[in-house]
Amino acid sequence: MDFKFSEEQERFRQEVRGFLEGEIRQGLWQPSCDAWIQGYLPEFTKRVAERGWIGLAWPKEYGGQGRSNIDRLILTEEMLRYGAPAACHWFADRQIGRAILAYGTEQQRQELLPKIIKGEAYVGLGMSEPEAGSDLASLRTQAVEDGDDYIINGQKMWASCGMFMNYIYLVARTDPEAPKHRGISEFVIATNLPGITITPTMDITGSTAWAEVFFDSVRVPQRYLIGEKNHGFYQILNQLDYERAGLERLMGNYPLFDAIIKFTKETKQNGKPLSQDALIRSKLAQLQVEFEIGRLLTYRVVLVIEEGRAPNVEAAMAKAYSTAFEQHLASTAMDILGLYGQLVAESKWAPILGMAPHSYLGSKGYSLQAGTSEILRNIVAGRGLGLPSK
Amino acid sequence: MDLSLSEEQEMLKKMARDFLTNRCPKTLVKEMETSEKGYSPELWQEMAGLGWMGLVLPEKYGGGGMSFLDLSVLLEEMGRSCLPGPFLSTVVLGSLPILDIGNEEQKREYLPKIASGEAIFTLALTEPNAKYDAASIAVKATADNNDYIINGTKLFVPDAHIADYLLCVARTNELAKPENGITIFLVDAKSPGISCAVLKTIASDKLYEVVFDQVRVPKKSILGQLDQGWSEVQKIIERAAVAKCCETLGGIQQMLEMTVDYAKERKQFDRPIGSFQVIQHYCANMATDVDGSRFSTYQAAWTLSEGLPCTKEVAIAKAWLSEACKRVTALAHQIHGAIGVTIDHDLQFYTRRANAAEATFGDADFYREIIAQEMGL
Repeated sequence: MDFKFSEEQERFRQEVRGFLEGEIRQGLWQPSCDAWIQGYLPEFTKRVAERGWIGLAWPKEYGGQGRSNIDRLILTEEMLRYGAPAACHWFADRQIGRAILAYGTEQQRQELLPKIIKGEAYVGLGMSEPEAGSDLASLRTQAVEDGDDYIINGQKMWASCGMFMNYIYLVARTDPEAPKHRGISEFVIATNLPGITITPTMDITGSTAWAEVFFDSVRVPQRYLIGEKNHGFYQILNQLDYERAGLERLMGNYPLFDAIIKFTKETKQNGKPLSQDALIRSKLAQLQVEFEIGRLLTYRVVLVIEEGRAPNVEAAMAKAYSTAFEQHLASTAMDILGLYGQLVAESKWAPILGMAPHSYLGSKGYSLQAGTSEILRNIVAGRGLGLPSK
Repeated sequence: MDLSLSEEQEMLKKMARDFLTNRCPKTLVKEMETSEKGYSPELWQEMAGLGWMGLVLPEKYGGGGMSFLDLSVLLEEMGRSCLPGPFLSTVVLGSLPILDIGNEEQKREYLPKIASGEAIFTLALTEPNAKYDAASIAVKATADNNDYIINGTKLFVPDAHIADYLLCVARTNELAKPENGITIFLVDAKSPGISCAVLKTIASDKLYEVVFDQVRVPKKSILGQLDQGWSEVQKIIERAAVAKCCETLGGIQQMLEMTVDYAKERKQFDRPIGSFQVIQHYCANMATDVDGSRFSTYQAAWTLSEGLPCTKEVAIAKAWLSEACKRVTALAHQIHGAIGVTIDHDLQFYTRRANAAEATFGDADFYREIIAQEMGL
């Protein structure tokens, strides 16, 4: 047992912090709460790529650094702590690159991985559809073989990074006759192909959080099918484990935590800082307890990955737990701010950059994205505890 | 970063589980709850024979030279089996403070006796106001030539009736800061003037009121420095809180396993109740609470064991456990249904211990305030 990071890992953490603090000092971006990973800045992604920090844990032969998943954990933890605008590379770095590594052909790896690593391929996610949410296997988007190509027709929703992606990871039905789990395949395709239309979806805060993507007879060469045809659903399940595995499920609104603590120290009521109020101390300390538990549950997930196992039950547990923490953080911050909590960023008098209401409203979705908390509990109960399905 | 037990610790865990499954069945637990002693001297000697009492003591005092983390593994298994008796009192509250701040003579006199299972120790710390802060120490020790005379009442003292020695935390000086002027005395439990009255508790463990009436102890029985005992008391409380977390963790892990097993077997509406999603989600919530308890407890135990500053880690663990065990207990009962609230079902042993553990060595509020300080609030 060892609950410490090694000296080398701590040095890496300092290096990442130094870089991020430098960026903030230069005014290149402002830290923000970003639970959807919406904040994107291509130049930032480029600078991260120059440091070799995209594909950090991927094999060197494809341009990765071959570093450990614990190093990647440290990197992402610091990115989240500072609310860095990392969306351009986040999804590819987290799950798509890994899927290509696991299931892609040599040609796909050679073509796509270097682009991701250089910070040039912004891969969005095309999974959910109007009729396929938690029940992803009921998706209807079709890919029909036509000579050396597939012709894709259908619609995707809730595409993360949808408005600025130049590639999309897409799951589509390739065998309409087969049982629904057994006729699905995975693709990674460029979004500039003819027949693709992308329209924004605004979330409850008014931010463009996702996109709808329409496919109208989009012709895709067969070589962009990833892995085994009709076996895509089983490949996705593995990928979803990684989608849920990270600290972004715990630290999506972390800058709000720092900000509300600072706020209570600096704001006086009846001549005393709010931070000396017993009730407020207790609330913030409780958040700290919950945060530390989430951190441990997520560290466990990363150690599972590092062992070479897919973090299935562990990731489901950590994600369901951690998004509840994020919601509790947002709700507590609103309680502390009282009437001021309703003031959004652009408003006169808005405290802490309006982060609290933004996060509070947005937090309703934290427990829905990447597997609802209900689906995740099903995984913990069924696969983790062995409870029967009937 | 490594969250797993070492091979040796896994072996210790398995050995402890096998031994306790065999030697500490619920029939014994039940019997001990109503017995006057509250523990089995035969079992106690067997445990001493296995080297458990001296596990963390240096070899020169008859111990096994292992770490606090190793001891934590053992404590978890003891919690899992509801082991009755003065193990935590003797080892965690008694031997470790002597090892910390005792002089060589005291170590040589007491530690080998603890390791061999010959002597039982406990700590007389809390008083009728039931708090773990320095200002609450009102039991007085007054110098009288080469002796001190102790007067006052200690409450919630575990295992006092069978203890050979008490570590008594007493006020020796009234100074401006309540933390100053506190001294720990090593008191022979048979000293004239000490009387114990048993308290009837939800856990049916053995807690006592201990009244000190003109109890005369020699000066050499001071453990550590005169008037400067509070920093060690804080260490004792921290260590005891971690030990209590370990025991509680063992208990709630067992509750989770019992409950999942029951949900798989119990049929209603022609299907196992564990196939209903609501029951599955309850179980998933329990598992999350138990895993959170596991990692936070072992983080605290590891940090303490490594000799690193551990105030925050201990506070996180105990603040979490004190509330997680409420939730786990409630769901275990909800899933077990009415059978679980009968006195004949094993679940009740765990429920009563978990509920008692919530406040012991500091409740969630107590530790949240410590965390608030650590956060710089």
